[in-house]
Amino acid sequence: MAGVAREWREIPGRYNLKGTKCGNCGKIFFPGRSFCPVCRRASMGKMEDYDVCRTGKVFTFSVVHEAPESNNLQKPYVVAMVQTDDGVMITAQLVDVEFDKVQIGMPVKAVLRKLSTDGESGIIRYGYKFVPCE
Amino acid sequence: MDVGIVSYGAYVPRYRIKPEEIGRIWGVDGKGMGKGLMINQKSVPSPDEDVVTIATEAARNMMARVPEVDPRDIGAIYVGSESHPYAVKPTSTIVAEAIEATPNMTAADMEFACKAGTAGIQVCMGLVGSGMVKYGVAIGADTSQGAPGDALEYSASAGGAAYLIGSEKIIAKINKTLSFTTDTPDFWRREGQPYPKHGGRFTGEPAYFRHITSAAKMMMEAVGTKPEDYDYAVFHQPNGKFPTRVAAQLGFTPEQIQYGLLTPEIGNTYSGAVPLGLANVLDHAKPGDRIFVTSYGSGAGSDAFDITVTDEMKNYKRDKAPVLEKVLADPIYLDYGTYAKFKGKIVMPE
Repeated sequence: MAGVAREWREIPGRYNLKGTKCGNCGKIFFPGRSFCPVCRRASMGKMEDYDVCRTGKVFTFSVVHEAPESNNLQKPYVVAMVQTDDGVMITAQLVDVEFDKVQIGMPVKAVLRKLSTDGESGIIRYGYKFVPCE
Repeated sequence: MDVGIVSYGAYVPRYRIKPEEIGRIWGVDGKGMGKGLMINQKSVPSPDEDVVTIATEAARNMMARVPEVDPRDIGAIYVGSESHPYAVKPTSTIVAEAIEATPNMTAADMEFACKAGTAGIQVCMGLVGSGMVKYGVAIGADTSQGAPGDALEYSASAGGAAYLIGSEKIIAKINKTLSFTTDTPDFWRREGQPYPKHGGRFTGEPAYFRHITSAAKMMMEAVGTKPEDYDYAVFHQPNGKFPTRVAAQLGFTPEQIQYGLLTPEIGNTYSGAVPLGLANVLDHAKPGDRIFVTSYGSGAGSDAFDITVTDEMKNYKRDKAPVLEKVLADPIYLDYGTYAKFKGKIVMPE
């Protein structure tokens, strides 16, 4: 399990889909990067904060039957690649949905949910998952 | 300076369980139990939901309706609950971060059984009215606990609502608030205990009814109103029976409490109960409507509010977030086994 400090550093991305945008070529990165791998040196000092859109559509999905321990209570569950309305591809759990209703192209939105906990006494990690929306 | 509600948002988890399913496990007439309590079903949080996620969803719905409000203008956030996920580590800071209100603000968690949410509204009113903050956020949310087989298991549910309190562009003016508070041990949960205890019938007359009727009568006397002056009334709703009876005792009609009474369909959301009932009233209210609100928290106290909906309601972007009717539509029903797993009632290996 990652340390508390690392979890804390990832809060902006996990809670609010904070990414970055290259000021040179306009490419959006999520999770955010401090450097554009396409523009390289030309992106130095030009990376901007970028709020990734919280709504999108299911690009593709899969049902997970062998879950990690943190998701034991939810298996089987859906993991989806979501294409946000501004074109960013995000892989996350799709929750509060009946399996037979999940479809490629269905509209979804990002919500804050519990991702995992460090046992009974450790930290609780929160982050984005997706739910169906209209 | 007028102080009131600038925006609001609500959230209730999608899962439900019916009293007959709970009664089936414990060898009790669950349907009869539900009928007695006036509860048809109750909401259940999924395993990845807690007060933080419920409060965040409600707060995000609240902010979505006022896109012109900069979250950095929020000077205070209070989350009232009796099921904060951490014993030490505030829920309110996580919610604040999730709506991007940090860091120039104050935050704290509140606890006063089922009235911690309305206590937060009162604190925010004071901070806004004194000019200390531009906006304050008060949230009431719970994932309530009820011991397996206990009467509370038929009602204890999950949900919450968030209120943005301010003095500009208020959709509902809070004309007055007052409280009635005593030391009455009708319901409690000791540190480290998973389930609360209650005094059975003692939770009725000396507790719920005395505090609500006292606060309500004080309020009507203070502002010079009678029950018929109000279009809507919202009372704390541990079940459907108590608020219906207290409304009748005070002289309110079933029509007045109709929209503010959600417990029959979602159960008792504790700190979320009155905030959710008020949210449903605001979903239906129009300018000029007058709303009477009285919460109740065991231990014990009642907060009363006299509210008037303003013309600003016409400009309010209510449709930017789902109204409660939509939030509550299309539930997924659980059997008791899945409910027990979702609520963490099954002892798992380390």
